[in-house]
Amino acid sequence: MLPGSTPGGPWDPDTGGTSAGVGGVEWLRADGPDGDVVLSSRARLARNLAGTVFAHKASRGERQRVLDVCREAILGSGLASRVAWLDMQQCTPADRALLVERHLVSKQLARGRGGPSGSDPRAAALSLPGERLCVMVNEEDHLRVQVIRAGMSLGEALDGALEVDDRLQATLSFAYSPRFGFLTACPTNVGTGLRMSVMLHLPALRITGEIEKFKRAASDMNLAVRGFYGEGSEAVGDLYQVSNQTTLGKTESMIHRDLQDEIIPRFIAYERHSRAMLAGKRAVMLADTVFRSLGLLRHARLLNTDEAMQHLSHVRLGVITGLVRGPDLARVNALLLLIQPTHLQRSLGHDLDQDQRRRARATLLRARLKDAGGDDPGESLNPGDQNGGAGPGTSAGGG
Amino acid sequence: MKCDHCDNEATVHEVTIKDGVNVERHLCEQCAATEGLAPAAGPVELIKAVLESQVGPRSDGCPLCGTTFDEFRHQTLLGCPGCYEAFESRLAPLIERAHEGATQHVGRAPRATEGAAVSEAARERAMRVMAIRRMLDEAVSSEQFERAAQLRDELRRLTGEGAPR
Repeated sequence: MLPGSTPGGPWDPDTGGTSAGVGGVEWLRADGPDGDVVLSSRARLARNLAGTVFAHKASRGERQRVLDVCREAILGSGLASRVAWLDMQQCTPADRALLVERHLVSKQLARGRGGPSGSDPRAAALSLPGERLCVMVNEEDHLRVQVIRAGMSLGEALDGALEVDDRLQATLSFAYSPRFGFLTACPTNVGTGLRMSVMLHLPALRITGEIEKFKRAASDMNLAVRGFYGEGSEAVGDLYQVSNQTTLGKTESMIHRDLQDEIIPRFIAYERHSRAMLAGKRAVMLADTVFRSLGLLRHARLLNTDEAMQHLSHVRLGVITGLVRGPDLARVNALLLLIQPTHLQRSLGHDLDQDQRRRARATLLRARLKDAGGDDPGESLNPGDQNGGAGPGTSAGGG
Repeated sequence: MKCDHCDNEATVHEVTIKDGVNVERHLCEQCAATEGLAPAAGPVELIKAVLESQVGPRSDGCPLCGTTFDEFRHQTLLGCPGCYEAFESRLAPLIERAHEGATQHVGRAPRATEGAAVSEAARERAMRVMAIRRMLDEAVSSEQFERAAQLRDELRRLTGEGAPR
């Protein structure tokens, strides 16, 4: 168990602060709006204390002072009913890796400035239950406020982050200039300091070869596209994080509305259109892809993370299109997290080498997908008679 | 769509009008790079590109934290809020490029509250600490040890910490 401080008490990574297992973790819930395509939405605000050198330039003493000031403000401002304070210097490397896999803290915060020794004042404050709010202290900026919501819920995420901002400003004074807005260590975040992102599951766009068009469209609209593991990562499991890059010259609500009303709905429609096309005109191919992956996950004895993620992506598509019966979306979402190296080790209670992890991962997936099955819709159809199919985002059986 | 030059998927598309006729090119990332058609760059790359094209006096630093523009060019991170003012004329064009031409913040401003007014004193104290730290660095590098000792005492009084950096 990770060290936690009052008033929140300790954080229990096995439950995400709820009794529902990691399924209680906000971004793994599958019941958010447009949850078939959008796993989660997040809003992040970058803030720095006025009149204080930025974290990377500060001496250890200054960083400790920033940490102390922020700790008092965060724990004293009633941000959530329970807030766990996770001091990175007291966390073991495994604990920090767990937080990174959970998408709660960045690799940069986990690593710290002093390398693996961890003697660098930095922390994360986590709201419980559900892990919907995480404030990183002494990352690239003094404060990185992140609010996470399931599904397509950018508005709720933004409201949550702005409320935290208001509450913190009751005791903290943030660096600000009328011209450049909130001042950040890197000028790419200046202005609102607001980065909004969604995690999209786009298997059909990849299968139909349209994924490059999606990436190019996102890039043309000045959006950043990253993989599941964030900055610099390749897409695994057909999961993509899309976020705004422009933080200056637009209000918070303009950034929100552009994404929520204009841009992301187009990507959702594009993916659903491709899913419907696959389930209709290419139903046999879709079923083959889904059931090959399901068969592999149900019978393999050794699996590495990326391979498992890719096949889970196909199974998730199978659940959405009604091909796969048994597991629901929430269970498949939870598996995306449970097969990660540190989560796997934690569930077994001891360290594992790479081969042991591959074996443990395969064992876990076999157990969790034991009841998964389904009928192949293509079997009863003639090759030219496959036009019935799942509608966008529905659980229709596909014929 | 396939690349004009090879069998890879075309991801870079260019349409130019030559003598009134549309000329289209569809290339994969690699062939596009060979042809000098770079894919769209992110803001950090844009900032680096602008920084590399800038020439001029580089040795001057931020009066508050001592960060030089050269250091910023290297790290793409500024040293303190004061750097925005110290380097304003050189930062403005690259901020403009990174933010789709925007030069002016239009979002929310800090909330003026009683609490924030209280911490104004803390802010002033922190600004003073930064200024002293800068003066101390200069005193040490110019071997004015008596002055350095005074500044160190002043710093210790303000922060309660030992020798800085």
